[in-house]
Amino acid sequence: MLPGLKFVAVLGVVVGAMGSIPAQAETIRVNIDKLVFAPANISAKVGDTIQWVNEDVLAHTATVKGDWDVMIPPKKIVSFVLKKAGDVEYYCRFHPNMKGRIAVAPK
Amino acid sequence: MFARLSTAVAVICLLGTPSFAQGAKPTDPQIAHIAYTAGVIDVTAAKQAIKKSKNKAVVSFAKDMVRDHEAVNKQALALVKKLKVTPEDNDTSRTLTKQAAAKQAELAKLKGAAYDKAYAANEVAYHKAVIGALETQLIPASSNAELKGLLETGVKIFQGHLEHAEHVAAELK
Ligand SMILES: [Cu+2]
Repeated sequence: MLPGLKFVAVLGVVVGAMGSIPAQAETIRVNIDKLVFAPANISAKVGDTIQWVNEDVLAHTATVKGDWDVMIPPKKIVSFVLKKAGDVEYYCRFHPNMKGRIAVAPK
Repeated sequence: MFARLSTAVAVICLLGTPSFAQGAKPTDPQIAHIAYTAGVIDVTAAKQAIKKSKNKAVVSFAKDMVRDHEAVNKQALALVKKLKVTPEDNDTSRTLTKQAAAKQAELAKLKGAAYDKAYAANEVAYHKAVIGALETQLIPASSNAELKGLLETGVKIFQGHLEHAEHVAAELK
């Protein structure tokens, strides 16, 4: 398990025990290797963080037309917090053949 | 001219130059050289575009080409070094370089929107030609698994650039 995810899990347990805050925000990891977003389709909710892990020597982006645009430099991990509910399709501006999809549920 | 890359490869095979004689496939050192050359050609064309063009989309596309192809070629050099393969110059590489130089001279004479359109159109044709050559000739002929893998990733990169180039070309119309 990833250190980040474990942290979130632990936090989730602590918060759960306190019983005051409902659904705890999660971090969802999307790997980028050889110009492929994996997993390509994910489900999340508002407030969750998407963490793109770029294994390529190439820069990529996660771009939603007319909305957000996240730069993902080579060999870097970039995080982005989802702010709006809805189904979004994103792609890489540099390699538009790279596509992903996030179903964002309301909080 | 660039569009004839795969044809050029085929013609060279037909002509039966020593390295490709009797239907012989290109060797890994030759394939590595051809793939590297294909990247260098696109970087050279992009550098000309960065100098000549005033169109934002064209310049930013060209910068993407320089960055990507330089990164991939660096990775390719690291791989051949690791595999102890010395890229070997060959007729296909030489033909490609010659055609590229001719294309560049042709593009050098153009200005403004005419240049932008010609550069974008050539990028579309060139990327298509390289994808064709990779898929039909270089990948099937490569024997080292890691080299093959790099070429397969190369196809995806060139496909991405092709789509990007098509968007840029469409915007210029
Ligand atoms: Cu990309």
